[in-house]
Amino acid sequence: MAAILRFRKLCFIEPTLKNCGSSETPKDEKQEEIQTITKQECDKNKKKNKRGWKCIDSCCWFIGCMCTTWWLLLFLYHCLPAHLSGFKSPESPGVRLKNEGLTPLHPVVLVPGIVTGGLELWEGRPCSHGLFRKRLWGGSFAQILQRPLCWLEHLSLDNETGLDPPGIRVRPVPGLVAADYFAPGYFVWAVLIENLAKIGYEGKNMYMAAYDWRLSFQNTEVRDQALSRLKINIELMYVTNGNKKVVVVPHSMGVIYFLHFLKWVEAPPPMGGGGGPGWCDKHIKAIMNIGPAFLGVPKAVSGMLSAEGKDVAFFRAMAPGVLDSEILGLQTLEHMMRVGRTWDSVISLLPKGGDTIWGDLDSSPEDIQTVSSYQRQNNTKHQIEIKQETKYGRIISFGKTASEQHSSNLTTHDLVKDKLDSGMNCGEVWTEYGKISRENIMKLADNKAYTAGTLIDLLRFVAPKTMKRAEAHFSHGIASDLDDPKYSHYKYWSNPLETKLPHAPDMEIYCLYGVGLPTERSYVYKVSQSDKCNTIPFQIDSSAEGKWLRGGVYFVDGDESVPVLSAGFMCAKGWRGKTRFNPSGSRTHIREYRHKAPGSLLEGRGLESGAHVDIMGNVALIEDVLRVAAGASGEEIGGDRIYSDILKMAERVNIKL
Amino acid sequence: MAVTRRRKQPEDEVQQHPDTKPDEDDDKEEKALKKSKSKNYSCLDNCCWFVGCVCTAWWLLLFLYNAMPASFPQFVTEAITGPMPDPPGVKCLKEGLKVKHPVVFVPGIVTGGLELWEGHQCMDGLFRKRLWGGTFGEVYKRPSCWVQHMSLDNKTGMDPPGIRVRPVSGLVAADYFAPGYFVWAVLIANLARVGYEEKNMYMAAYDWRLSFQNTEVRDQSLSRIKSNIELMVATNGGNKAVVIPHSMGVIYFLHFMKWVEAPAPMGGGGGPDWCAKHIKAVMNIGGPFLGVPKAVAGLFSAEAKDIASARALAPGVLDSDLFQIQTLQHLMRMSRTWDSTMSMIPKGGDTIWGGLDWSPEEGYCPSKRKNGKNVTENESTSQECEATHANYGRMVSFGRDVAEAQSSEIERIEFRGAVKGNSVANHTCRDVWTEYHDMGFGGIKAVAEYKVYTAGEIVDMLEFVAPKMMERGSAHFSFGIAEDLDDPKYEHYKYWSNPLETKLPNAPDMEIYSMYGVGIPTERAYIYKLTPAAECYIPFRIDASAKDKNEDCCLKDGVYTVDGDETVPALSAGFMCAKGWRGKTRFNPSGIKTHIREYDHNPPSNFLEGRGTLSGAHVDIMGNFQLIEDVIRVAAGATGEELGGDQVYTGIFDWSEKINLKL
Repeated sequence: MAAILRFRKLCFIEPTLKNCGSSETPKDEKQEEIQTITKQECDKNKKKNKRGWKCIDSCCWFIGCMCTTWWLLLFLYHCLPAHLSGFKSPESPGVRLKNEGLTPLHPVVLVPGIVTGGLELWEGRPCSHGLFRKRLWGGSFAQILQRPLCWLEHLSLDNETGLDPPGIRVRPVPGLVAADYFAPGYFVWAVLIENLAKIGYEGKNMYMAAYDWRLSFQNTEVRDQALSRLKINIELMYVTNGNKKVVVVPHSMGVIYFLHFLKWVEAPPPMGGGGGPGWCDKHIKAIMNIGPAFLGVPKAVSGMLSAEGKDVAFFRAMAPGVLDSEILGLQTLEHMMRVGRTWDSVISLLPKGGDTIWGDLDSSPEDIQTVSSYQRQNNTKHQIEIKQETKYGRIISFGKTASEQHSSNLTTHDLVKDKLDSGMNCGEVWTEYGKISRENIMKLADNKAYTAGTLIDLLRFVAPKTMKRAEAHFSHGIASDLDDPKYSHYKYWSNPLETKLPHAPDMEIYCLYGVGLPTERSYVYKVSQSDKCNTIPFQIDSSAEGKWLRGGVYFVDGDESVPVLSAGFMCAKGWRGKTRFNPSGSRTHIREYRHKAPGSLLEGRGLESGAHVDIMGNVALIEDVLRVAAGASGEEIGGDRIYSDILKMAERVNIKL
Repeated sequence: MAVTRRRKQPEDEVQQHPDTKPDEDDDKEEKALKKSKSKNYSCLDNCCWFVGCVCTAWWLLLFLYNAMPASFPQFVTEAITGPMPDPPGVKCLKEGLKVKHPVVFVPGIVTGGLELWEGHQCMDGLFRKRLWGGTFGEVYKRPSCWVQHMSLDNKTGMDPPGIRVRPVSGLVAADYFAPGYFVWAVLIANLARVGYEEKNMYMAAYDWRLSFQNTEVRDQSLSRIKSNIELMVATNGGNKAVVIPHSMGVIYFLHFMKWVEAPAPMGGGGGPDWCAKHIKAVMNIGGPFLGVPKAVAGLFSAEAKDIASARALAPGVLDSDLFQIQTLQHLMRMSRTWDSTMSMIPKGGDTIWGGLDWSPEEGYCPSKRKNGKNVTENESTSQECEATHANYGRMVSFGRDVAEAQSSEIERIEFRGAVKGNSVANHTCRDVWTEYHDMGFGGIKAVAEYKVYTAGEIVDMLEFVAPKMMERGSAHFSFGIAEDLDDPKYEHYKYWSNPLETKLPNAPDMEIYSMYGVGIPTERAYIYKLTPAAECYIPFRIDASAKDKNEDCCLKDGVYTVDGDETVPALSAGFMCAKGWRGKTRFNPSGIKTHIREYDHNPPSNFLEGRGTLSGAHVDIMGNFQLIEDVIRVAAGATGEELGGDQVYTGIFDWSEKINLKL
């Protein structure tokens, strides 16, 4: 260091001194004059040097100061005893229940949902060099910024098969680390795991059923044997824990994944797991579905149609033009759509049950809901039951007026498959929109309003290949006769309206979900202006505002992702008592958790949150899960707990049971 | 730590800027002006300037590093050392090898990660963080807390109350031991090249501190391995599994093979043909089948070669009572609660390891063979260390003269039953539990006066100095040789991990490989001395002053070395495959084929090669290209003959000849 300082002095100070010092020898007067001049010049030089010196050096000086103080603070922080650094946090439910004397009884299986599970690279193209067994999805997402196109390429699946593209193998991360934290500091399962551990759970009686959430459910078995793995681990835990049945805790899409598993495991071998008809009854005590997307989510529709959600629409309203600008050739949404469309699992989340469940052009189950509880939160306590004007049944409508008019005023014509002109071929970005002509798009928009039933036709029209691929794996209807042999095919297994629950009278099914947050239910669309190649022709009309309409989106009660109807209907009506969907009469319980925003910044994402993912840190929910895992039944934890109008809504759904 | 701190810097700085910039900046500019007027730069300013420069340069470099194409380091390496050989995975892929048999890894002692599930107050905030493996950051921050959590219960050998430390599961358990220090990672990466992935690779992680049977009692680790092998065999089209245990994992898996076929309460109830149905080959890497002498030194005085030579270099540092550190004592207390260390005590007694006057490796010197690499084996083995005449059979001797004397000249006073005398222990050492305090001066003296211990006597000696530990351990492990293997007592699990007291399962198609490195001096026998009597000390210590004049030869820093992989002597790793199990013997009634694959150690030629691609060292061998290639070939379906059968550099067959064991 000293050497460097000396060097600096040499560079900056010595030259000036030398120049000036050398001119001190003259003796003549003339020379003295010159000397004075040179001296003046010297002074100027000095000042100049000073100034040049100052800019860089004060910069360095400033950075140095910052760094030093930072290190000092970091050092002090590390010296601090651990319990001093944070505020005194309230006793966690795990500790409280441990003091009550709860101990682990039933092994626990966690089934993560879409998006939250980590994916890692096992084989890739040269551009992904050095990322072997590093996370591409989950974790810090650093690779998106470093090599975005390479990242997209590796996360996409094959267009035709819905499996790996040749030469690329991206696999789910196994174990509890798969989905404990989605990104550093953003917990998913971590809080629940920690609380389970407090009462004595550990690796041997807790299992994370990680699977590749991009694949269709049956393909996770075909490629990774994920279902077999789940089966054998449940069996193992059942045996090694003294023949105690397991408690399964699926979240979000994991709920329908596990529904698929229930059917798969009892089905005979080539297609199923060959566990025999008593398997579920023997091995499963309870399924505690968190934020279940049983009947799909409307969000998936907008995602399919235009790769948008509430957030994107809102963002567009705030800063129009940024997302759509072709500067830099970003085309973010187009790329996202292209990748998203290769993922079969997205299709599993499309609304199921058609008009019967989601409402037709003029009425929907949610029409009579009391003023949503998110209004209540704003301290406007009018609990007036008003008949709403909103036509939620029209999940997609083109233009605000179309969403409000009476159905007789709407132009409707069947989606006649016009000859697709293949003329427009738009190179790289594979969104299938490139193959549809402008006229056809206008024609689609002319149709004004689409319900849950006709929506599937719309998607089949705009994305024929995607739908064709995915509909081999998923179905979205309602079965009229469940004994029809066609329902033994796996594509029906994840649709609760087209399968019977397994014969397991002692099994309990819980629907645990948050309420009190505005949740997307239907959309107002417009045809986008841009005529250019590769752009998505539709976008949410974020200028549409209304009483229940914000940024082009109609909201209902829910947990921000899944509407109450989808989460609660099966437990409230479809499976309640002995119905044709639940022939053995497995008991169902609804546990709703009303959203309460975190009181202060210190609480992080809240101890009483009802949001789709944040609910995993909800104290009341954790307590329920712990009690059931320790042996309690649904009645013992208090039976149903309902805040929303789910029962009334379910009443209005006219379905044969 | 320093690196991560710096990397965080840019973001943090951005965060801090808005808060601090306005006021501080102004201040500084004013100050700077003043300073420049006075033309003096104070020391503080200089420091700040310097730090600033360094940081900026650092960021710049970091930026350049990140902007650098990923293949650049490889390019530089190749420019300096010439083109690298293809990694074995790529080579095999080019040959058209593909995934066939699922692969199971069984990690050894120490290399597996352990994480915290429940702990005392002092471990707050470390839930599910690694205590063992990874960065070991906690060792420095809270050493005594860490020792407390890593220890097991003295009496039971299980968790102490209120503490649950569990093995990390999955491939991450032992792919890297510490950041940058690979264990299984290279092998995994190469297997992945030919198409392996999570579904056909399984890491049988277990808590390596526990005795083998206790891993099943507490964590059901053995059941887990069983059901995972069954799953992988079923989902991979009925192809049997290839098992690759390393180090202690070798005897752990031996235990597993007996366990899985034994009937239910004590065993896994897989039936007598489970192994035949599910296992194609067991490829033991560096397996201490017959134990390692290192374990004796570890249990006896918590030392090894490294510590002894550190002591020789800097006498006094380790033993100083400054700071009240007592590192070795704490280490000993902790490791004595680990049952698994006892599984590595030399097995087979004098028959295998040699008596007072003979040993199988007699007259052999590791360094000699290295010098005459091209000389054939017979010649090289005949080059003897006659000058020193190492009596390897005397595993522990007190004093160098004793180690070298004729057996008739040694006066030994029986220690068994000696009165242990007054307890040394008093109030001052209460926190350190090493059992030496219960021994008293009399006991210590008695141990030293017996002078020489052979492998057979060492077990007795350990029972004398550490009765509680050995009582616990001998319920789980046995170190003898079976007279009659059909004796019903051998059905007990304590014999399962000793290859000399069990029969291999009935699986004639299975293959057993013994793969180990050779060419590195490996600890074999020790010269001990008494430490100057002081309280709270371990009373015995390796006499690091005992050295040969000839640097090449076997005695160094009080340790006699033989050929091996730095940890396991070749005798222990190779004997079973060379003789004990070769052909149909009573230990191998179904005639399972055995193959010996030795890998000659070649140190990395320069530091760019890291830990070398031709290494033979105990852990580094996992990155040995030849070994990896062998593993891949077997996993892709090859048999031992197709690999080339035995590949031997040492005199393992000669040594085995000398061992007089009923087969």
